[in-house]
Amino acid sequence: MKVLVPVKRVIDYNVKARVKPDQTGVDLANVKMSMNPFCEIAVEEAVRLKEKGVATEVVAVSIGPAQAQETLRTALAMGADRAILVQTSDDLEPLAVAKVLKALVGKESPDLVVMGKQAIDGDNNATGQMLATLLDWPQATFASALEVSGSKAKVTREVDGGLQTLEVDLPAVVTADLRLNEPRYASLPNIMKAKKKELAVEELASLGVDTAPRLKVVKVTEPSKRTAGVKVETAADLVSKLKTEAGVL
Amino acid sequence: MAVLVIADHDNASLKDNTEKTVTAALKLSGDVDVLVAGQGCKAVADAAAKITGVRKVLLAESAELGEGLAESMEALVVPLMANYDAVLTPATSQGKNFSPRIAAKLDVAQISEIVDVVDGSTFVRPIYAGNALETVQSADAKKVITVRATSFKAAADGGSAKVETIAAPAKPAKTHFVDQKLVKSARPELTGAKIVVSGGRAMGSAEEFQKVIEPLADKLGAAVGASRAAVDAGYAPNDYQVGQTGKVVAPELYIAIGISGAIQHLAGMKDSKVIVAINKDADAPIFQVADYGLVADYKAAVPELMSALAAAGK
Repeated sequence: MKVLVPVKRVIDYNVKARVKPDQTGVDLANVKMSMNPFCEIAVEEAVRLKEKGVATEVVAVSIGPAQAQETLRTALAMGADRAILVQTSDDLEPLAVAKVLKALVGKESPDLVVMGKQAIDGDNNATGQMLATLLDWPQATFASALEVSGSKAKVTREVDGGLQTLEVDLPAVVTADLRLNEPRYASLPNIMKAKKKELAVEELASLGVDTAPRLKVVKVTEPSKRTAGVKVETAADLVSKLKTEAGVL
Repeated sequence: MAVLVIADHDNASLKDNTEKTVTAALKLSGDVDVLVAGQGCKAVADAAAKITGVRKVLLAESAELGEGLAESMEALVVPLMANYDAVLTPATSQGKNFSPRIAAKLDVAQISEIVDVVDGSTFVRPIYAGNALETVQSADAKKVITVRATSFKAAADGGSAKVETIAAPAKPAKTHFVDQKLVKSARPELTGAKIVVSGGRAMGSAEEFQKVIEPLADKLGAAVGASRAAVDAGYAPNDYQVGQTGKVVAPELYIAIGISGAIQHLAGMKDSKVIVAINKDADAPIFQVADYGLVADYKAAVPELMSALAAAGK
């Protein structure tokens, strides 16, 4: 069974995004970039499927600038077998990403696509669902457990109020939530090995997919800031302030 | 321009995310219909019909809609879109699950988690864990939108719209519902609660979380939340998580106990009206957003808070 894992290069999880003064976007110059945390979880899950003998090949793909090769090398160091970069300097919207991934699925014919539920830059939480729709494959989003047996996958999903379990026929799209697993750190030998693994680069234009943006960004602004309030000395002080000053009790 | 709002409900009662999403929809158009899709949810449709400003309620029922299968929701909504220019869904885990499918089927962008409507095609949405607000203009003929309900006031009751039953789509062939384990709680729902009490990693165990956070929440009639660290450690169930990828809350009062205040947690609660932080580390980032900070070990502070509340008649 072949597993395709899309990964995205985004601002590092621990870095606070700063809005550019000209309001055209977020300043990413000289900012640490990493693999989107949800994508890491997806890679980990795919590699575990291979280690369990369920998957035979794990292919990591990314759509982005040349630097996204680093992100793919991380996936290879975690245990993916090979990687594909669809190179573009454009920042694609989820619908366009889903269309590109659909084209790659057409070429690679995976039995399962495992991907993060959301990227921490755009915070859209849409690409996996869109890909499943375009492929007419079943979807199981926000997975906290995944069990593949034969031609089916049993997926436990994090939903409002608890957990839901679905069984989907393969091929399918599964999106990873935080508690699906804890991704490994790549060991130094594996990082070295990853440098020798195959990483193919394709130009976005060569896929012939319409990736024109549907949304125009008018401006990007900073949200109104909260300022630190006061420190209270005791719990009784706190209650009295909440009652008389804030009026929320 | 006509707008369809997809109701948030649990088949028994309508969630106030729906009324809030109606408010967002009314900013787009005066012609707002509500779709109630589920199983055995006639009472929900009747409740939706009472929302002021709603023109008509559509009711569709089947087992799969009751289970909330995304494929069924998409199959139901896409044909309806012939009659609507926009569809608005509360950005709950359920809404996030199916709404992008509708967008993909219609070949339009989804405008995710809007917090404001500028005009019929321009919307404001948070990006980068709420550290930036993006104003986007959509060129698509049909708008598919999810709504961060906490950013809108609930539309009032007082309407008397008609409820029209429509056919449910066929069962999806490749997705099968196995089961659902929902936590039953007498507490208010996290996203709609007036007061939220949240616990963090400092709790140290699920038992401690239940012993410290829950009685305080119950004393205040509050919902219970948790930081990602507390959920990851198994101290609290996953649907308690407040943050960038969990629930976004904006209560009147948010009390963070033993929570350091990572960017991702702040993203989920910084729009609360009043924030209280109790943490023994005076340098914890949570104090930078807190209106009232109490630098103290929760082990001493929470019991004191309980007695102070009792003394104040709570």
